Amino acid sequence: MSNGSLYLAVVPAFNESATIEAVIDALRKYAPKFDTLVVDDGSTDETDVLACRSGAKVLKLPFNVGIGGAVQTGFVYAREHGYDFLAQVDGDGQHDSAELERLVATMELESVDVVCGSRFLTDDHRYPAPISRRTGIHIFAFLLSRIVGTRVSDPTSGFRLYNRRAIELFARDYPHDYPEVEAVLILHHHRLRMREIPVRMFARGGGTSSISTGKSAYYMIKVLLALFVGLGRRPAMLASTDRAPVSAQQGV
Amino acid sequence: MQARSQLVAIVGAAMLLLTVLEMVRRRRLMERYALLWLLSAGVLLTLGIWSGALAKISHAIGVIYPPNALFFIGIGFILLLLLHFSSAVSRLSDQSEMLAQRQALLDERLRRQEQLIADSGPEDGSETKTSDLARMPAD
Repeated sequence: MSNGSLYLAVVPAFNESATIEAVIDALRKYAPKFDTLVVDDGSTDETDVLACRSGAKVLKLPFNVGIGGAVQTGFVYAREHGYDFLAQVDGDGQHDSAELERLVATMELESVDVVCGSRFLTDDHRYPAPISRRTGIHIFAFLLSRIVGTRVSDPTSGFRLYNRRAIELFARDYPHDYPEVEAVLILHHHRLRMREIPVRMFARGGGTSSISTGKSAYYMIKVLLALFVGLGRRPAMLASTDRAPVSAQQGV
Repeated sequence: MQARSQLVAIVGAAMLLLTVLEMVRRRRLMERYALLWLLSAGVLLTLGIWSGALAKISHAIGVIYPPNALFFIGIGFILLLLLHFSSAVSRLSDQSEMLAQRQALLDERLRRQEQLIADSGPEDGSETKTSDLARMPAD
């Protein structure tokens, strides 16, 4: 509340009753200037009740629409209620809300539109993920880095801070499956600037990931299709002189 | 004759493939629904070009004239696509039913709330405007 800006933390949650209260408590403790909005993506457990009791605002979707649709609900809410900044924090306790202040500080310092917390920029590799998942992440990271023209180390990270411009953009148009990956491409197409900073992440606190190994192969194919088709979707104009020629060269 | 039918198959499959890709690019088709289309078009195109494989397949399934095997495979994909869409339509109608129920419940809740405001309104001068507004949708 330093300069009267409004901050919203959006927590997409699907059957996260084991961790949701801890996530909301941590947000209140470590990021007090953020209002908390839980988007319950049609959970069948008492996620929404627990979130409500912990003092968060809760939007309960009547059925499961998938992570992309759930997060976009948060963007629409932020737009309608005039929030200036939106942070996305996962409901499974993976993200450390104490790091949110650093995302905010980076955004102010570098005046970028999106700040993304990356697991892979530190030397401290404590991110425990199955090798199949990590391979997928690195393939996306490699492709996106080449397309965008700057290094993207962790394109699937959902720990991000968006400013008003990005909120307006994604309230209109946000991808569906593995949305974080495609979102980077959409940002690039609209010439919004993204910056990554290293963050710590925890192993899941409980519950099960919404993406099983079999499904993640299917998602990978879908996202790859989206990426390749997206290449021709809205070509970035040549405006920034240092970066654009590289991306134009490699994008074709 | 054989060459001409092969050409028709190749052109047809290639056009299907390009149309699907273009629709995804213009956001007229979601990736979710495009994958099966792309698979069908891809397989038909491959078999159109690689006639040796088509001849082998037609021999294996007991079809004498290879282009007929292409029809056979094409119909297989059409059935698969229809089944895929039937399941998608089932899911969508299930969801729209839920939405309608949800909307009816919200409507009832809102009307009850408006009634409460209307009942307690006249005591407070500032409330009259709200209760007037509240009565409007009920008529």
